[in-house]
Amino acid sequence: MQGYNDGMSRPFWSNGPSPGQFYNFTGGDRSASQGFGPQNNFGAQRSSQPITTGTSVVGIKFDGGVMIAADALVSYGSVARFQDVKRVFKVNDQAILGTGGDFADFQSIQRSINDKMIDDICHDDTISLKPKSLYNWLTRILNNRRNKFEPLWLDMVVGGIENGEPFLGHVDLRGRSYEDDIIATGFGKHLALPIIREQIVEGRPFTQEEATNLIKKSMEVLFYRDCRALSRYYVAVCTAAGANVSEVQKVNQNWEVATVVRGYS
Amino acid sequence: MQAELARELPPAGFNFENCKRNEALINGGFLAPKTVKTGTTIAGIIFKDGVILGADTRATEGPIVSDKNCSKIHYLAPNMYCCGAGTAADTEMTTDLVSSQLALHRLNTGREVPVVCATTLLKQKLFRYQGNISAALVLGGVDLTGPTIYSIAPHGSVDKLPYTSMGSGSLAAMSVFESRYKPDMTEEEAKKLVRDAIAGGVFNDLGSGSNIDLCVIRKNKTVDYLRNYEIANRKGERTLDYSFLKGTTIVTGTKTFNLDITETVIPMEVA
Amino acid sequence: MFQQMNIQQNFPEYNIPGKQHHDFSPYESNGGSIVAIAGKGYAIIAADTRLSSGYSIHTRKQKKTFKLTDTTVLGSTGCWCDTLSLTSLLAYRMQSYVHTHQKTMSTNAIAQLISVMMYNKRFFPYYVSNVLAGLDEEGNGVVYSYDPIGHCEKTTYRAGGTAGALLQPVLDNQIGYKNQNLAEKPEITKEKAISIATDTFISASERDIYTGDSVVICIITKDGIEEKTVQLRKD
Repeated sequence: MQGYNDGMSRPFWSNGPSPGQFYNFTGGDRSASQGFGPQNNFGAQRSSQPITTGTSVVGIKFDGGVMIAADALVSYGSVARFQDVKRVFKVNDQAILGTGGDFADFQSIQRSINDKMIDDICHDDTISLKPKSLYNWLTRILNNRRNKFEPLWLDMVVGGIENGEPFLGHVDLRGRSYEDDIIATGFGKHLALPIIREQIVEGRPFTQEEATNLIKKSMEVLFYRDCRALSRYYVAVCTAAGANVSEVQKVNQNWEVATVVRGYS
Repeated sequence: MQAELARELPPAGFNFENCKRNEALINGGFLAPKTVKTGTTIAGIIFKDGVILGADTRATEGPIVSDKNCSKIHYLAPNMYCCGAGTAADTEMTTDLVSSQLALHRLNTGREVPVVCATTLLKQKLFRYQGNISAALVLGGVDLTGPTIYSIAPHGSVDKLPYTSMGSGSLAAMSVFESRYKPDMTEEEAKKLVRDAIAGGVFNDLGSGSNIDLCVIRKNKTVDYLRNYEIANRKGERTLDYSFLKGTTIVTGTKTFNLDITETVIPMEVA
Repeated sequence: MFQQMNIQQNFPEYNIPGKQHHDFSPYESNGGSIVAIAGKGYAIIAADTRLSSGYSIHTRKQKKTFKLTDTTVLGSTGCWCDTLSLTSLLAYRMQSYVHTHQKTMSTNAIAQLISVMMYNKRFFPYYVSNVLAGLDEEGNGVVYSYDPIGHCEKTTYRAGGTAGALLQPVLDNQIGYKNQNLAEKPEITKEKAISIATDTFISASERDIYTGDSVVICIITKDGIEEKTVQLRKD
């Protein structure tokens, strides 16, 4: 288990003081005299700020399932660097995942998850990872890394079907997690949530069609107002029938008002 | 003697004498007092017959609500109003000052002042102070050229747009505009849209809250200032009565005065 | 603690070449308030359901009360990821106690355990405001409140969280009868305690931007834990 995410498999309370030694402060295998903060002998550090990043992820529960959308862009600083990337993916038939934040960290966690899926398949016991377990696992992984001051700079939206009920949860880089019927991360928190929340009818879930339209509208607004967004996006949908990631979708663009704007004073 | 007199006269404009002292105090660990901010959602749009401005009514001091029903749409001239976000004192003083300059301009020229004139006065003032006057404004009005909406940022930059929003809830309001605005809306449609935009800020942005104010300025120069157009949030009903029994506070002594009350006092709103 | 940690600013001579400035903060305030009141034969604990940070509301329905046993409920707000870590570790420790001692933990044993667990992270604290409410061995209500590094205080009423400073004086006056010159000071009944807790939350949501949406009130008696939800302002 050495390599990426090393230390995940360490036993509980591993960094207490060994007899005759000083307490190891949070951050793992370092003695107290080396000081605090994410640094090793070469002064290198990981993910203290994200470099290659994905922007918003939007997730909505509907009657009978859940869908998660993210645009196809991975930025390199302010460069629109990779323009056809799937930031949502199918974990298994009952779980989907969408991610914003550092793309390297996403790929690392995706590899770990794929390893877990292979383990699941190899057991051949019809038991597979459920969305809530995945959600809880991610919470612990991300929280563990923040405790070492080496966060995985991710904003993840977990969705799926658990015991016949739709599930939707959010985990961030600190391991802060919560469940809700609607979740948006990054800029989507400010731009998509308000227009989705106002469509909520108390006591009734969205239909799949409503959810699809809300995602479409959200991605359109995000494209207009988020500098790190793109006009193409992918949607992962999970229902009792299984999970799948859509073909690339295009946002509706309406530039009708552009003709009205003339001059700036 | 004359020098002594002159020293007593304060110079016009802001007084900067304590800047150095205050900087030293802050470096020494003194915590500067908090100013009242209007975290705010403000917005304005152009519709078929004029412009509509909108604002929420919450003012905050850090995490505490300092005013639950403040008024953020300020009067500039009969044909224009201005929404203010940022530091409450800055938005009020800036709009008041410009309002009086516009009044003088109107009296000097004997005609209606164009909206662009107010924009210029505001942006020049804000630019001179390099963003230190933290007022983010949405100015709306009608003049000979028709209806216009300007948004003016604290550093003095200006945008002329068919719809705009400012303040901490600007993204929530803008998402509503981006998904539903269209040119040449009717007044009812436009009022509904601005209401929805401000409601987006009220319910999704913690810096904005309470009620929704609107101001409709029409091409025919009629103005509807709709203060508390919608009471978006009502206070919950308390289940108990918290009035104190007589004698709860110990009376240590009494003294009686006879007073003639000549003035009626309007009680402060405390609910 | 973080002044100590900021090596770059405080100890420039220890700077490592090539090391970049990092602005990651492990903490975040996610808001929320708690009120707990204990009396004869009951204890109540209420917490709002708004989870937020900065000026954003993450969710309007996050329960911040945790049923630990049939007679003990913990309310926890602050840095939500720390609340999650603390409560899941607490659940593990309590389960382990059950298997070791063949009985569920008493309220005061849990109170002590939480204190120890919090102090265990003295130099990287759980940034949370905890209030524990429950019944003691005689079946009477008790409230324990904590600071972030494990100081524990036994009381009969307590307000905590973002509106804690706003609500505590109200409880002092209404529950503790402070600054009230009354001939008799009747014991607070369960019904009155529930009403006061509800009313304080109505008032808190008026003035604290981080408190609102709804409040969940847990009423703990020997017959079990009853839960009540009251809607609050959503703005």
